[in-house]
Amino acid sequence: MQIFRAHVLCCAGTGCTSSKSLQIIDEFEKHIKDNHIDDEVKVIKTGCFGLCAEGPIVVIYPEGTMYVRVAPEDVKEIVEEHLVKGRTVSRLLAGHHDAEAISQSLDDVDFFSRQKRIALRNCGVINPESIDEYIARDGYVALAKVLTEMTPQQAIDVVTASGLRGRGGAGFPAGRKWQFAANSKGDIKYVCCNADEGDPGAFMDRSILEGDPHSVIEAMTIAGYAIGANHGFIYIRAEYPIAVQRLNIAIKQAKEYGLIGDRIFDTDFSFSLEIRLGAGAFVCGEETALMTSIEGKRGEPRVRPPFPAVKGLFGKPTILNNVETYANIPVIFTHGPEWFNTIGTEKSKGTKVFAVGGKIMNTGLVEIPMGTTLREIVYDIGGGIPNGKKFKAAQTGGPSGGCIPAEHLDTPIDYDSLARIGSMMGSGGLIVMDEDNCMVDIAKFFLEFTVDESCGKCPPCRIGTKRMLEILEKITNGKGEDGDIEKLEELAKSISKSALCGLGQTAPNPVLSTLRYFRHEYEAHIYDKKCPAGVCKAMLQYKINPDKCIGCSLCSRKCPVEAISGERKKPYVIDQSMCTKCGVCMETCKFAAIYKG
Amino acid sequence: MKSIQELEQIRNRMRDQMAKRENSDGYRIVVGMATCGIAAGARPVMRTLIDELKLRNKADVPVTMTGCIGVCRLEPIVEVFSADGQKTTYVKMDENKAKRVVAEHIVNGNVCTDLTIGAAENQTK
Ligand SMILES: Cc1cc2nc3c(=O)[nH]c(=O)nc-3n(C[C@H](O)[C@H](O)[C@H](O)COP(=O)(O)O)c2cc1C
Repeated sequence: MQIFRAHVLCCAGTGCTSSKSLQIIDEFEKHIKDNHIDDEVKVIKTGCFGLCAEGPIVVIYPEGTMYVRVAPEDVKEIVEEHLVKGRTVSRLLAGHHDAEAISQSLDDVDFFSRQKRIALRNCGVINPESIDEYIARDGYVALAKVLTEMTPQQAIDVVTASGLRGRGGAGFPAGRKWQFAANSKGDIKYVCCNADEGDPGAFMDRSILEGDPHSVIEAMTIAGYAIGANHGFIYIRAEYPIAVQRLNIAIKQAKEYGLIGDRIFDTDFSFSLEIRLGAGAFVCGEETALMTSIEGKRGEPRVRPPFPAVKGLFGKPTILNNVETYANIPVIFTHGPEWFNTIGTEKSKGTKVFAVGGKIMNTGLVEIPMGTTLREIVYDIGGGIPNGKKFKAAQTGGPSGGCIPAEHLDTPIDYDSLARIGSMMGSGGLIVMDEDNCMVDIAKFFLEFTVDESCGKCPPCRIGTKRMLEILEKITNGKGEDGDIEKLEELAKSISKSALCGLGQTAPNPVLSTLRYFRHEYEAHIYDKKCPAGVCKAMLQYKINPDKCIGCSLCSRKCPVEAISGERKKPYVIDQSMCTKCGVCMETCKFAAIYKG
Repeated sequence: MKSIQELEQIRNRMRDQMAKRENSDGYRIVVGMATCGIAAGARPVMRTLIDELKLRNKADVPVTMTGCIGVCRLEPIVEVFSADGQKTTYVKMDENKAKRVVAEHIVNGNVCTDLTIGAAENQTK
């Protein structure tokens, strides 16, 4: 049997023959012969493709390219272009008509077009495993410029002038931190990157490392030159295997190109980089605990001062910056600090990446200029709250942060405005809550997290947060008493004053900020034994409204504990002593006769 | 790396290559392969794309990966760049949809409008 490289299928159904398909077949045979490919290409007459309106139709295999409305005059081009040269004739392709009104590209969607991507500039754009693609987008140009044209002090001055502040939580000016470390005397210094990313729900740093690892490597090398360090560590949690893998590939490529290693760009500056895996303890994101962990010891914090810039890793002057902080550095050098200064607010320059989650339409990762209001994030970019519910609050700063209630929706998001209203920028988690969220329950959630993650070194954090959690559990179980709020406030105050590290010092924040804006919810739990949002099960009863119940018996059949009984066609009742408050009855009722109260 | 010139050479060579890629008559496919994409099933989608392209004699269409673009809820995301630089973003992809994109979009130049981000957004509205 003869094997053909390509098959030309030409419709010889009635519809197409009436529009000259037989003539087209003749033309194909003729031109195929003329081009001497008649032993490679076979023309086949087929039946109707069912697309007669677009006929005559020609399909070429193996690709399966479908040409429509082919005229005998087109055949020569198809043979010469497609069959001989292997190029499709796009003007004859099926569906080559006007694009429809639906936005087909991400760039046209509101969620995307309203963002400003600086730290995420390459994420989702380049191949993270190709150093060449990073270089094509001006990668390592900043490093070249710094090493060959600038003194270390000039490099620090650029970072200082940019106004860049740390993106890991506290917002400390990056330039100032570098200056401290540069001023510290010592022949050995270290540059560290905090990729521990412990906030529940946050994944900005992971995305940067997975999508653009070279930006962090380049920035750390610049930092090394600026402060006089020749060695760097990236501390990343082992739960990020893909990020670790891409970082390893990126470090290897940078080494091969000599962009890290000895005598970079033929200067006297050498820099090497290592990865250290963390086991995923929240406290290891705290800078002193992180360094202790890199040293191979148990990841516990220590008292500051001395600050790491003076006495850090292995007792040497060290700087530690967050992944996103570093991701901003190369563009600050290529575009200039003045450019960076034009973005953001007076005291908070540039952009911030947020991992937006919770009760919001468009969950995901967004990068916005500082000063954007919460309203813009929630409604314009985030697409609002699903199911027509009302916005209640947004939580930023994770377990160290606080909530922003609806009355502050128009607060510009920057370090100082957020601190003023009792929340914090944090590392970038942003959880949106609607009317169905109980704020006492939220505070309890975060406190459970900190109690779990407390390293136990200092009593205020180890014991104090546990006592606070017990009070919250009491309140949400309907056993709250007069004086509980005051006890919470007192504990909060002393813990934040006396805990050893940031974990304990900020652990009471979620309680304090919910008390500040939603004290009435605490009071309703304690004095009325009611959970206004209907979340805390101990205080909630499912009831049947006898005026609406028609006695269909559906709920009683669905109830897993047979707590609902009644006579058909008459209102049913729920036996509260048996009810486990699973809510199935309310979901199944077709007449909205069941309510929580 | 010994000099800035060397870096610039790589940059220019790469830019040429990328420009050629963009000006060629071919398509280019990019698959989101961050944790979010992979967790949602980007690996089999990428494999299907490559296999399907081979099957249809379009193995010259480059399929590369990229990081997270931020709309993790719509992963796996596949972006098709056409010769004129036009980008089509396909969302919530699976293996069957990947086959369709190759057949309809890459081979026949027909955007699968119902699989694009616009269609997904309209649905949730
Ligand atoms: C309990 C605790 C956890 C922290 N976790 C992180 C973290 O996961 N990632 C991070 O970048 N910074 C974290 N920080 C902040 C770091 O201690 C440090 O301030 C930061 O890495 C400095 O970098 P920056 O100036 O670039 O923000 C944490 C702090 C505390 C107190």
